[in-house]
Amino acid sequence: MTSTTFPVTPPVPAEAADSASAGGAAARIRKRLSSRTASVVAIVIAILWTMPTFGLALSSFRPEDDIKRTGWWTFFTNPSLTLDNYQEVLFGRSSSSGQMASFLVNSLVITIPSVLLPVALATFAAYALTWLNFKGRDWIFIGIFALQVVPLQMALVPLLSFFSQGVDVFGVPIMPAWDLDGEQRFIQVWFAHTCFALPLGVFLLHNFMSELPGELMEAARVDGATHGVILRRIVLPLVVPALATLALFQFLWVWNDLLVALIFAGGTAETAPMTVRLAQMAGTRGDEWQRLTSGAFVSAIIPLIVFLSLQRYFVRGLLAGGVKG
Amino acid sequence: MNYDFAGEAPKFVQLLFGIAAFCAVVGVVLLAVDRVPMRRRARLPAAILLAPALLMLTIGLVVPAIRTTWLSFRSGDGEEFVGISNYTWMFTQPEAIIVLRNTFVWVVLVPLLVTTVGLLYAVIVDNTRFERLAKSLVFLPMAISFVGAGIIWKFVYAYRPEGADQIGLLNQLVVWLGFEPRQWLLDAPLNTLFLIVVMVWIQAGFATVVLSAAIKAIPSDIVEAAKLDGASPTQMFFRVTLPTIRPAVVVVLVTQCIGTLKLFDIVRTMTGGQFETSVIANEMYNQAFRYGETGKGAALAVFLFVLVTPIIVYQVRSLRQRQEA
Repeated sequence: MTSTTFPVTPPVPAEAADSASAGGAAARIRKRLSSRTASVVAIVIAILWTMPTFGLALSSFRPEDDIKRTGWWTFFTNPSLTLDNYQEVLFGRSSSSGQMASFLVNSLVITIPSVLLPVALATFAAYALTWLNFKGRDWIFIGIFALQVVPLQMALVPLLSFFSQGVDVFGVPIMPAWDLDGEQRFIQVWFAHTCFALPLGVFLLHNFMSELPGELMEAARVDGATHGVILRRIVLPLVVPALATLALFQFLWVWNDLLVALIFAGGTAETAPMTVRLAQMAGTRGDEWQRLTSGAFVSAIIPLIVFLSLQRYFVRGLLAGGVKG
Repeated sequence: MNYDFAGEAPKFVQLLFGIAAFCAVVGVVLLAVDRVPMRRRARLPAAILLAPALLMLTIGLVVPAIRTTWLSFRSGDGEEFVGISNYTWMFTQPEAIIVLRNTFVWVVLVPLLVTTVGLLYAVIVDNTRFERLAKSLVFLPMAISFVGAGIIWKFVYAYRPEGADQIGLLNQLVVWLGFEPRQWLLDAPLNTLFLIVVMVWIQAGFATVVLSAAIKAIPSDIVEAAKLDGASPTQMFFRVTLPTIRPAVVVVLVTQCIGTLKLFDIVRTMTGGQFETSVIANEMYNQAFRYGETGKGAALAVFLFVLVTPIIVYQVRSLRQRQEA
């Protein structure tokens, strides 16, 4: 890539072709050289991108003293491994130990409904917006589409007060406070994640559904199928890959989210997910690397496994414009 | 040890409740739609299918966004009208200006670096034997949470005083090269750059995947023609590849812009916004949820929204063009 200093003039000049064929050997050397530089660059990038994770993963299995005193690369001259860090970070009972097992449960409890609900609601909405004929359809779709880009930050303060204080307009109470506490706070996390996921979900599924052949729906309609039947029997089986894509996106988003969890789930082992705990540990016990490394690894391993096994759905989603902020 | 598993039981009860709620919503919607007779104009089924999603979007995004705008003109506790003083604070106070400056640096650098690295890597590994593996390696950080990535890189940047064994990879490299170890995350303004590295590390895989797909979609006759004309690799890249994949490059730039504007987790995990590294989203969280300055937090959120508005307008316009086409 870097070895050529050709003067670039439009259109590709005939001389270039001549010189390339005339100096065939030179061109070949140049090509090989450039492909060698290219390989080096590729290898450097690949190493840069894997080394930090590798260092963290390896460190999480090293004894506490080793982590704090020596770099992980010294492992290769002085190998010693232990599972103590995991034992402590997951199950330790002292408040400083991590108690990650509780937070892991919270992450699961937060994630499952936060994936199921928006996928279902988005499927209904996308079906209506793609295949039903009614006035204002395009405008509703454009509205939902535009909401995709609205920063979450715009919604956080009022949504939190919606849960804690209810709604009243000019002093007239319309909706009482939800007053959720303890495990019930999961409800407001699910609610928030569902709201925030819908714009992307509807947009993605609309994209996929509008590629289904219209004759299918028409035929079913002629046979007297209701919309419920068409949705269940015809559309749903055909959009399973799209649903998988959306579910995967949402899973990664919710599992890895920090902001929504901080605000709606609080910071205790009662409801907060692992990301919140890790952020706390990084802040207050920033040098307890034996816990940080193992904790980070615990929180990363599940999405990594899911991601690797469903990577093609993820790529498909990215290419269909599935990016949420 | 002796971890209290029974203590987690209420969470699973809550989870069952969440799943039951999910089934109930899906069941009710489908039952209702099945009751509606089929007509040409499908206003009623559309209303049933759209209602849950629209309700959630209204409660969770639209109304809160309006309320946030309203709050941004009010005092910290929301009691008094204060005009535009929250906005004057944002643009005049030194600590707020640093936040804006940092956000600006982030928004300029991240999209550029992500696109450059992604494009370079996608071109280099294109059609090589290791393409799949090479892309997976760079893609993997996308599955890790920003918090996890923050910890991974905090470990890379870890500092030990000179003379002691370094445990952070970067400082070890620096020491091997004969320099003094440094506190990478403490010294402004360079520390912001070290945070930006983390974001680039996470997002480069996204750029690689999207751009690589675009490169593969370049019609082969164009490539052949350019080769016949003797285009060098460099010419090939700048005169054929880049112009053809321009739309994909724009997509990457735009999504990175939006994502970076809302960036929160990395800064919060790695520096907590101290040492002059704060950005808008982090400051918004601090003002609204830690200092009780709802008005200032709301003003920052509104400013974020204003910054992404051009992107919304652009997206909606291109969507309408596509719909009409």
